[in-house]
Amino acid sequence: MANPFRDIRPPGYQKVAERYRKVIPPDLRQSAETLAAKPIPPRRPLSTGLETYTGTFGEDEAAHLLKRTLFGLKKSELRTFAAMSMADAVEAILQSSPIPTPPVNNYRGYNDRDDPDVPVGDSWIQAPYDVELEGGRVISLKGWLLKNMTQQAPTLHEKMILFWHNLLAIQTWDVFVGKADYQYFEMLRRNAFGNYKTMVRDLTLDPAMLLFLNGTFNNKEQPDENYARELQELFTVGKGAGSQYTEADVSAAARVLTGWVINWEEAEGPGDVSSFFYPNYHDTTDKQFSAFYGNRVIAGQSGLGGAQELDELLEMIFDTQEAAKYICRRLYNFFVYPEIDSTTETNVIEPLAEQFRSGGYEILPVLRTLFKSAHFFDVANRGAMIKSPIDTLVGLWRTLGFASPQPDDLSVDLNFYVSALWNIGGQGQELGDPPSVAGWPAYYQAPQYDKSWMTTDTITKRALITDSLVWWGFWINENLQLPADLIGYLETLDAPEDPNAVLMESAQLMLGIPLDEASRNELKTILLSGQSSDYYWTDAWTAYQADPSDSNRTVVENRLKPTLQALMQLGEFQLM
Amino acid sequence: MNRRNFLRHSFHGTAMATMASTMGLAAPARQQLARLMKMAEETDRVLVLIYLDGGNDGLNTVVPLDQMSALSAARPHVLLPENSLHLLQGTEVGLHPSLSGFKSLFDEGRLKVIQNVGYPQPNYSHFRSTDIWMSGSDADVYLNSGWTGRYLHQQYPEFPDAFPNTDMPDPLAIEIGYGASLLFQGPTAAMSMVLSGPESFHELVDNVEQPAPDTPAGDKLRYVRLVARQSQQYGEVVVAAAEKAQNQVAYPQGNGLADQLKIVARLIAGGLRTPMYMVRLGGFDTHDAQVVAGNTTTGEHAELLKQLNDAVLAFMQDTEALGVGDRVMGMTFSEFGRTIMSNASNGTDHGTVAPMFVFGNAVAGGVTGRNPVIPENVTYADDLTMQYDFRQVYASVLQQWLGMSETTTQEVLLGDFQPMTVVNGQDGVTGLGDWGQERSQRLSVYPNPLNGRATISLESFGEPMRVEVMDLQGRSVAVIYEGTLPGGQHQLPWDTHLLPRGQYVVVVRTASFRQGYRVAK
Repeated sequence: MANPFRDIRPPGYQKVAERYRKVIPPDLRQSAETLAAKPIPPRRPLSTGLETYTGTFGEDEAAHLLKRTLFGLKKSELRTFAAMSMADAVEAILQSSPIPTPPVNNYRGYNDRDDPDVPVGDSWIQAPYDVELEGGRVISLKGWLLKNMTQQAPTLHEKMILFWHNLLAIQTWDVFVGKADYQYFEMLRRNAFGNYKTMVRDLTLDPAMLLFLNGTFNNKEQPDENYARELQELFTVGKGAGSQYTEADVSAAARVLTGWVINWEEAEGPGDVSSFFYPNYHDTTDKQFSAFYGNRVIAGQSGLGGAQELDELLEMIFDTQEAAKYICRRLYNFFVYPEIDSTTETNVIEPLAEQFRSGGYEILPVLRTLFKSAHFFDVANRGAMIKSPIDTLVGLWRTLGFASPQPDDLSVDLNFYVSALWNIGGQGQELGDPPSVAGWPAYYQAPQYDKSWMTTDTITKRALITDSLVWWGFWINENLQLPADLIGYLETLDAPEDPNAVLMESAQLMLGIPLDEASRNELKTILLSGQSSDYYWTDAWTAYQADPSDSNRTVVENRLKPTLQALMQLGEFQLM
Repeated sequence: MNRRNFLRHSFHGTAMATMASTMGLAAPARQQLARLMKMAEETDRVLVLIYLDGGNDGLNTVVPLDQMSALSAARPHVLLPENSLHLLQGTEVGLHPSLSGFKSLFDEGRLKVIQNVGYPQPNYSHFRSTDIWMSGSDADVYLNSGWTGRYLHQQYPEFPDAFPNTDMPDPLAIEIGYGASLLFQGPTAAMSMVLSGPESFHELVDNVEQPAPDTPAGDKLRYVRLVARQSQQYGEVVVAAAEKAQNQVAYPQGNGLADQLKIVARLIAGGLRTPMYMVRLGGFDTHDAQVVAGNTTTGEHAELLKQLNDAVLAFMQDTEALGVGDRVMGMTFSEFGRTIMSNASNGTDHGTVAPMFVFGNAVAGGVTGRNPVIPENVTYADDLTMQYDFRQVYASVLQQWLGMSETTTQEVLLGDFQPMTVVNGQDGVTGLGDWGQERSQRLSVYPNPLNGRATISLESFGEPMRVEVMDLQGRSVAVIYEGTLPGGQHQLPWDTHLLPRGQYVVVVRTASFRQGYRVAK
């Protein structure tokens, strides 16, 4: 049988092949660079602040904006956004996405019996509680969240939901009422660009949150301080140096919140689940707060009037200077750079917090200021974050394109997302279930921050994902592995026939630092199978375009696969 | 035994030169010698830290039997019936019904319970209190490094650069899981390798690397490359170690902690010289459903303690069967105990102090500390009072198990914390004072390896001294000299014909000073 590679495989191919296929670990001890060998001078503070960015807005800037606000980026998106002005691009990013169709019963294979209330393919979000089926529903919800990301419109909306999920975290497995979990995420979607005070009020009364942090069990006889503590420590004023709330404040806030309970009948029966105020559980004594809250006393009220104490509590919390600063810091950690030095605090956080506070805690204007700022586009911030597991996996799917399963085959649909959830979970980011109510440590834990995504374990798992997408397909089950559509991806590029352009365009989409010349030549050597003339690739690509036969396709793919494998194993690939 | 410190400090003075010549090295740097000695250390001790994530209810784990009536008033929802408890002979405590294995470890003298451990000005936040326990800080001090991270940094100040190397090819610490905890953060770098299992090792492509740019993004790139390098090098040694040893007992199924300890046992037995491991068991934040109403010996807490019990017992049996039991010590910790009073959800809320468990063949078994006292007319706001600062336990482990001096322990723990006896037979060693002095006794032994008649050459400062030979388990094998020699250099004869083959340390002690010299036969 004729060897389809024969005519393109140059002399010396074996030697090159050995270099990229030889997967024994390199002796990296020889690597000249080490962390301490060259003490790293502080490269911050940056001089830029919140003033509007006035520099060039081209592909590099658009790519930076999209990497931070979407999950990876497609070439088509980059093209569209790079053609806009900076201001228009940011406005486009800040649009809301349409509300996705709710998750459906795709969990039949996961349970011993069928769902008596929900036909396969129908939405389960109003179904009665069923202890045997809730697990399947939670998985269905988590897969649906991932699907929303994968199929996202080019707006910040999905990533903003992840931001809020990280900041205002629940664990869906812990709540274990599928429809309450769903309502929580819809609450995040509804408020994602809205008013933060409204959002925190909604959060406080959110049935999933009332279950997760025991608010529904908090009553005057047996106060439960769990939510009252996190409300202050994690959701509003934070633990910064300026946050001086006391243990007594935690206790007083818990007493204010007594009486808010979930409607168990609704949770167990059909329809939405809501919460309500039950005066008999409410502590009607006065609640004294500390000097941090201006020694405020929230007068205890009896009867249904007790419900109003919640609004007084939130007013009191949002009257502090600290709440706006804390939220702005968290936005900065997540979207710009994990660490905040004193210059950034002064030049970015404080003025942004001032805008947030004086604007009545409207979220959208603050995002607009941040993403349009010279500071956001400062070259020093570009590429300086390590991708999260979700950024990595969903980003790859979106960038490379992916043979996703047939939407009518629901069992494969479920398997697909289960596999993906397992994958990102194994790297420390199980969507829907952060490790604690504080969210994922990469977004708050000094001094590691985003570096904590990157361990000796996860780095190889990431390589396994990229390798599998390239070589044998993303593992769904024994019988189904879905590879990336590499040729389809190449067809999205500006100049797929030019090996230099293929590499530079791919680097722009997937790497955090531009490809240096030596690495590009290295990768090109692989793409050209060791040949030095670019036209070998051009010929192969053109031949495939003219005649997409299996043999022409194979020739192209067999060059492309090792090239992209090596590209995606560059350290630069982990950055965004 | 102070083995690590023996080794580190035995290079001063002439010992260095003698050692160097036996190794065939010309005038090596002190650091190189230190590495050589670490390499020679084949029988390192291992500390396994078990983090009970969420705040374990101490009062239902180690129940104070003299407080039963007060407890029944304070925590009626979760109270365990006295007749369900495992009473510890000779004490006034009973262990939770799930802890039958811990009870047998106690009976064998292999379990220590330390009562009422906490810290002043307790913090009730999970995150803050976890940070305090892992960093080993005061309640109002914010540290970005862990106590074990600082310990490892003290032992391996050059890490992570030039690591792994031929002298320390193994990870300095291993955490099973997917995220590095604050515990192993050193002052400048994360000291641990994170591992989900020896099977998950994936090899990377050999990419050509250009220097990282001089930007914040370049800093991250350097970090990513460093992790990639270590994953490959440590991955190899970990896989090799895991392949060398197979678990000898069946671990319980469906027990996350057992799954982790199973890996730890294989790695230790497979010859990794990694001195520290951390594993975790989550779910101790039992605000509700801690117990099943009406049957308080069942429920979430009972399940968790059963997992702990079964996993630890299997691990102890396995390490014993693998022949490494004597090298291993385990310790549990949790960010806080729970409230004295129970709540209406059949749970308990964030409290303060709680007991700690230390287990292992070398552990000085027993209960240390008094029983917690339930205040009269207890209210929800009342908490148990602290008897031991958690850093006293850390100091004990560092000194008695890992062989740190008092001075360096204080450096690592950022303060002076009075140790308690945690390891058997340690009083003689820990009472010795500091190994870290620069003053030299000019100690050497030759020939080395020993071959019949040997000579111990040492310098006396005219003080009473004792020259003794110890084996690597810290047992005295022979006393060579006891008395006062005049100031100056002396040669003592030592007949080693009857000495069994093995590794020994010649120890010279005075009231103020001691030094060791390692020999082999």
